[in-house]
Amino acid sequence: MTRWTPDPTFYPTPRDAAGAPAEQLAYVAAFDRSAERPDAIAVVDTEPSSDTYGRVVGWTDLPHTGDELHHFGWNACSSALCPAAPHPHVERRYLIVPGLRSSRIYVIDTKDDPRAPRIIKEISPDEFGASGYSRPHTIHCGPDGIYVSALGNATDGGGPGGIAVLDHTTFDVRGKWEADRGDQFLAYDFWWHLTRDVLVTSEWGTPDMVENGIVPELLLGREYGHRLHFWDLAKRSLTQTVDLGDQYQMTLELRPAHDPSREYGFVGVVVSVEDLSASIWVWHRSATGDFGVTKVIDIPAEPADTEDLPPALQPFGAVPPLVTDIDLSVDDQFLYVSCWGTGELKQYDVSDPFHPVEVGSVRLGGIVRRTPHPSFPDERLAGGPQMVEVSRDGERVYVTNSLYGSWDDQFYPDGVGAWLAKVDVTPGNFTLDPKFFPHGDEFRGLRVHQTRLQGGDASSDSYCFPSA
Amino acid sequence: MTWGQLAALAGLGAFHGLNPAMGWLFAVARAMQERSRPVLLKSLPPIALGHLASVAIVAAVVSATSSVVAANIVGITGGAVLVVFGLWRLLSERHFRWAGMRLSSTQLAGWSFLMSSAHGAGLMLLPVLAATPVAGAHAGHVAASGPPLAALSGLGAAGLHTVAMFAAMALCAVLVYEFVGVAILRKAWFNMDRLWAAVMVGAGALTIALTA
Repeated sequence: MTRWTPDPTFYPTPRDAAGAPAEQLAYVAAFDRSAERPDAIAVVDTEPSSDTYGRVVGWTDLPHTGDELHHFGWNACSSALCPAAPHPHVERRYLIVPGLRSSRIYVIDTKDDPRAPRIIKEISPDEFGASGYSRPHTIHCGPDGIYVSALGNATDGGGPGGIAVLDHTTFDVRGKWEADRGDQFLAYDFWWHLTRDVLVTSEWGTPDMVENGIVPELLLGREYGHRLHFWDLAKRSLTQTVDLGDQYQMTLELRPAHDPSREYGFVGVVVSVEDLSASIWVWHRSATGDFGVTKVIDIPAEPADTEDLPPALQPFGAVPPLVTDIDLSVDDQFLYVSCWGTGELKQYDVSDPFHPVEVGSVRLGGIVRRTPHPSFPDERLAGGPQMVEVSRDGERVYVTNSLYGSWDDQFYPDGVGAWLAKVDVTPGNFTLDPKFFPHGDEFRGLRVHQTRLQGGDASSDSYCFPSA
Repeated sequence: MTWGQLAALAGLGAFHGLNPAMGWLFAVARAMQERSRPVLLKSLPPIALGHLASVAIVAAVVSATSSVVAANIVGITGGAVLVVFGLWRLLSERHFRWAGMRLSSTQLAGWSFLMSSAHGAGLMLLPVLAATPVAGAHAGHVAASGPPLAALSGLGAAGLHTVAMFAAMALCAVLVYEFVGVAILRKAWFNMDRLWAAVMVGAGALTIALTA
């Protein structure tokens, strides 16, 4: 059903979106590592004046087991205002929720009771497989459909991975997005510069390279992804590939500038096999019109005693930071970087994207440190800041602590637990909210991955109009 | 054509021009992207041209057909087509699909042509065109000279319509770009598609009533 006026959560410019009201609820993907119980979407109260603030207030259990919920997204967002194919009267109401392991996709309606979203459609693995892909990962609401990246092909757990498109309204699988993929084989994340007709994709590994855990031989053999791909969004063809260098293993999360008149963005690299450091790079248009990448942040490994390390890391005598997620505030001023290995969330001022300045840091968990939350000082935390989500106004940052089932087990073999923390951001201040820390049994023994904020967040929407 | 018909053609043109989805918003976006008023002004003519082409095809066909076939048959058939198309627009959830934003002037005209056609812009002129009396002295003269000249009068109608459309579009584009800002869209972007479809159904019914 369409509306008479545009959905109030759609904003033409990033500046308009940064003035959006605070979210009252957060949706969190929660999964059962043993695949014996169904995964779920947990609903968390984020309204500070509420009695149940910082608590899980609703659950949507899935009908199947073994999905491994991971990333998810909205059916529609501010890109619906884009003038080439506008559809501003649709509603942002459905969460498109893929099972990364099962290749099943759920469409979940949040409208009638936002605290008890209802599953209205299931896309079976076979239906999704008709696109030629499996292991759906990132969701973005595009101008002409819902785009879904996928790690692997639909047949044997290998590649190529790529992008499938779902219909905006029926959510049926329309098919493969790429018309010409060139030599792109590995896939992971994608996003775009909508007004420039540029789509960017990154690389992790095919399902058989990641599903049973990180494979040391592949890592040391520099076989995981280390490239970025730039595509013509309108022609659906690969236009350019940039190699960061094969020591930079796993170019994961892509965070383009929200300002549509700018053509740069950040990508996080999980680990360098030369020194276990992690890094952040900027892609940008060079004078010749091609894209280039420049490393702008290096985060070194931290030395550690062998007995404090899990078996996978004992040969190295150090903890890698493992930058597994990054998020850019809607005003493009701050970049948040999750160091899942060392247990730290860093805040950088990136108003000059080529010269980031670290301005804040919070420590939680970590392979060796196990830093507790200030409100629960006796509980040593496993996992570390991982999926990071920033509110539209940039004042609140939410982090969850699970990376991916089989990888959690390797780096946190004694159990990764489950927690969701919130950091309050004011000028010159970057501190944990003592009242907001749903964790442990509150998540019913499930692990938690991505958080999505009601009405949209810093990684959900694209804008077609520059802030004046 | 009576003054009333001319006013109706111009009024529908203004109505089409007001719709952000018909092009002025695209012009604004392109101008904001480049931070350039000339880009705004240069984007408008191709959009109007694409709209003209879409409307002119329908207008020429209807007028030419009216000159050789009994006008009431054209009116009733056209009215039925209009009602069906309007109902389809009203009930279908389909969005116009287009992925690119960096377009040349030619592509922009093409985009506008497709956008206008998908919305049935030309069909909406049907009541005006079909109601042009073919048996009258003036129309009889047109009929005597056969379909080519009648088609020409249809093109004239489309031209007038497009001039009005262009004026409304340019006014909206300049106002929003220079003074109002795009935040206005959040409140003022009324669901034209629904209204549009309802107008079509009404226009189709009116055409049938007038010509039956």
